[in-house]
Amino acid sequence: MASSLTLSGVTAGYGAVHVLEDVSIAVPAGATVALLGTNGNGKSTLMKCVMGLVRPSAGSIVAEIDGVRHELVGRSTEAIVALGIGFVPEGRRLFPKLTVTENLMLGAFRAAARPEIARNLDFCFETFPRLRERAGQLAGSMSGGEQQMVALARALMSAPRILLIDEPSVGLAPVLVRRTIDKIRELKDSRQLTVLMAEQNFTQAIRIADQGYVIVHGRIAFEGASAEALNNNELIRKFYLGM
Amino acid sequence: MRGWTFLLLAVLVAGAVYAAAAAVNNGYVFFAGYVVLQYVVLATAWNLLGGYTGYVNFGVAGFFALAAYGTVAIEKLAPLPLPAVILAGGAISGLLGLGMGYLTLRLRGVFFSIATLAMAVVAQTFVVNWNFVGGSAGAFVIRPQFTAWFHIDYIHYLFLLMLVLCVIVLATARLIERSRLGDGFAAIRDDELAAEAAGVPTLRLKLIATALSGAFMGMAGAPLPYYVTYLDPPSAFSLSYAVNTIAMPLIGGTAAWPGPLIGALLLATLQQLVTVTISSAVNLLIVGLMLVGFIIIAPRGIIGWFGIGEGKLRRRKRR
Repeated sequence: MASSLTLSGVTAGYGAVHVLEDVSIAVPAGATVALLGTNGNGKSTLMKCVMGLVRPSAGSIVAEIDGVRHELVGRSTEAIVALGIGFVPEGRRLFPKLTVTENLMLGAFRAAARPEIARNLDFCFETFPRLRERAGQLAGSMSGGEQQMVALARALMSAPRILLIDEPSVGLAPVLVRRTIDKIRELKDSRQLTVLMAEQNFTQAIRIADQGYVIVHGRIAFEGASAEALNNNELIRKFYLGM
Repeated sequence: MRGWTFLLLAVLVAGAVYAAAAAVNNGYVFFAGYVVLQYVVLATAWNLLGGYTGYVNFGVAGFFALAAYGTVAIEKLAPLPLPAVILAGGAISGLLGLGMGYLTLRLRGVFFSIATLAMAVVAQTFVVNWNFVGGSAGAFVIRPQFTAWFHIDYIHYLFLLMLVLCVIVLATARLIERSRLGDGFAAIRDDELAAEAAGVPTLRLKLIATALSGAFMGMAGAPLPYYVTYLDPPSAFSLSYAVNTIAMPLIGGTAAWPGPLIGALLLATLQQLVTVTISSAVNLLIVGLMLVGFIIIAPRGIIGWFGIGEGKLRRRKRR
């Protein structure tokens, strides 16, 4: 059974600074939803709200996992991960002085993921054969593209149902961005994930997104129910495509 | 090496150390050796938090001395056998560690360190104003000449207890390194936000680290009143405990348990030698010079020369 994520009326900020203002987003079961917007519009903050790293001052965030509804606001991050929500943070955030294998093992820290460690590790190594070759290498010494693979694989080690990916394209060469995005689609299909992906790279994100939201100054400025709707939107033409 | 083999080996080494000290048949060896062993416990305990999770605790003297004053209080209220007193000291400082964790672990880096330093000052102020344990005038504790049961010289007994503590704390440190707990600690040290995002319960692990680290420091401090026989706040809460305890793992290496052990043996022995040959006033100078020297020639500590730690030990265990 698939899983979905719904944010309604989320308001959040840091101290006196409001970053998100009454944001509502629906990520339907089995869909890939792109959260589009340039720097500083609140994409990462929204991701952190879902993960319990930033506490919203208003609104609710509900994850429906295998038919059970869970309110996420007020839960600790490890409890949210334990529900089955995986997170690939912006800039990858690996453990640079630990090996690739150790990085992956830490992704399976939650109790429910432990019995499946061997199978999930195999799956990760099958998906990213490069990581098997580099299993004993320190994560900090790898290239950007390889690090992004480790970050994705680490999130998969917790066997998530919903995957949040914050800016997978950051710091990668265009060809690697394309490859990473393809990989996300492949993973989504093979593991039947529900994906929420924040991305600046509109043209790449839209290739795999079923739906999209454009976020401007902490508000949802446009909601596109399909890739075409996004492609033909005025706002996007203006901000992203320079038309 | 399996855990039990290690423990057995450690006990054998400890037995050999005791036999060697007894063979010299000179009371001073026990007096000086006690201090060295005390620093092995302190340095290893500090490293559980400072080395494994990367949280630098400057409040060593607070944990150490509060447990020592706990001993003074217990002695006045209802004298207990020393091993029980040591456990009580561990409980006191473990709770202090837990409380400090709750209050300060939302702080990171240098802010956490400053808070721990302040904690030690608060603890000292508390003791200075606590007349029951002597207040600022200090407290005298009478050290029996021999133990009640086996008629062992009391200094030998203190030395032996500290040796047992060394074995326990080293075995604990080694166990943590090889467990999921140690993996979690390493994740916190490397990137705390990433650890959280990966589902590592960071707050819980940090509380475990502060409580364990504090408890072992307390256990190291609990027998102190019997060793010095006169305990006063300025010397019990001396900053030199913190400076020495932090310098030792840095010199030996923080990545694995042999680091603090080697650092403590080296530095504390040197300090004891200098105390009798030149003056104890040189002790802090030695720490400073050695720290500067080792940061230049061995940035990852002595164990770094041998490639111990930094993933290598850990990798070996998994294959």
